[in-house]
Amino acid sequence: MNVKALLAVLFIGVVLFWAVEDMPAFGDPEAPATCYTGKLYIDLALQDVGVENIVTAILASYRGFDTLGETVVIFTAGISVALLLRRGGRL
Amino acid sequence: MEAVFEVFLSHYNYWMAIILIMIGFYALIAKGNLVKKLIGLNIFQTAIFLFYISLAEVEGGIAPIYLPEGMEAVYVNPIPHVLILTAIVVGVSVTAVGLALIVRIYEEYGVIDEAGLLKVVKRR
Amino acid sequence: MKENVVIRTVSRISVPFIQVFALYVIVHGAVGAGGGFQGGVVFAASFILMFIAFGLSGVEKRLGKKWLMIYSVIGVAIYAGIGFLCLAAGGNYLEYGAVESALGVAHLHGYQIDAVEMGIGITVMAVMVSIISDMSDRGGESP
Repeated sequence: MNVKALLAVLFIGVVLFWAVEDMPAFGDPEAPATCYTGKLYIDLALQDVGVENIVTAILASYRGFDTLGETVVIFTAGISVALLLRRGGRL
Repeated sequence: MEAVFEVFLSHYNYWMAIILIMIGFYALIAKGNLVKKLIGLNIFQTAIFLFYISLAEVEGGIAPIYLPEGMEAVYVNPIPHVLILTAIVVGVSVTAVGLALIVRIYEEYGVIDEAGLLKVVKRR
Repeated sequence: MKENVVIRTVSRISVPFIQVFALYVIVHGAVGAGGGFQGGVVFAASFILMFIAFGLSGVEKRLGKKWLMIYSVIGVAIYAGIGFLCLAAGGNYLEYGAVESALGVAHLHGYQIDAVEMGIGITVMAVMVSIISDMSDRGGESP
């Protein structure tokens, strides 16, 4: 039972609990994240992209660059594990 | 007293996320075994995902897929779902590379906890 | 070793259904829930089921390590290739509207998104199977 670690964790917990009262309530329809940007994507996705799934439309069309970087990240993870764990020198 | 109860009932998703953050963070810094530290990191990550996705909820909303023409519905906010999809994949990659490093450390030095590792490395 | 027979028979029966479901999840990314990442992981789960039931050698002769590396490169190359196609058609990189207006065919936006999701699914599947196969092949001995 590491006392210093427990005290650090409790201190962080108290600070986070104190910050909860500023956050919007669960399921609030007037939350700032949902009113402005979310509404914009929901209104414009059908005529810009023509795909019914809004999440796929954002992922592949509005934010296509992020998904390309994402695919490179998982490709790098595969190569790193292969480099670390294979023996014999052949990739 | 009534106000405190009101805050507790309407913000309960943040409380759950904070408790999971505390558990994961404690496992990350207080345990000596390297695999346990990695599992603590995973718990921490999952808590952050839950916190972020619970920000996207709208009361009475349905999944963000367009209904057929003419039907009105309230959709939940689709952006946090997209960002967390990317973050989950990054979390899987970090866990995979971390576990591969632990396997190599064990093969090379024969120890798997932090204190033993420091001793062996200092002796070399 | 009676329980081996049960595990092997059930895996042999259920692996094709899992793979068809994974392809369904990838292709239906545009119409319903699903997409490239989700379908790729379900596809890899079918290979991991074969791996549990038949051992490493049972999967190696169907999907060797060299081919896994090649598949993961092909997935990223498909994604980047679609981007270059949009560049060649006169728009910005990954601007799907440019190909649509250059060729004059309608509804091409959805097909490009489908192609991109297919590339993502191939890469995710290859990397997941490669990670599992590397981590359990230690010291040259295979179960």
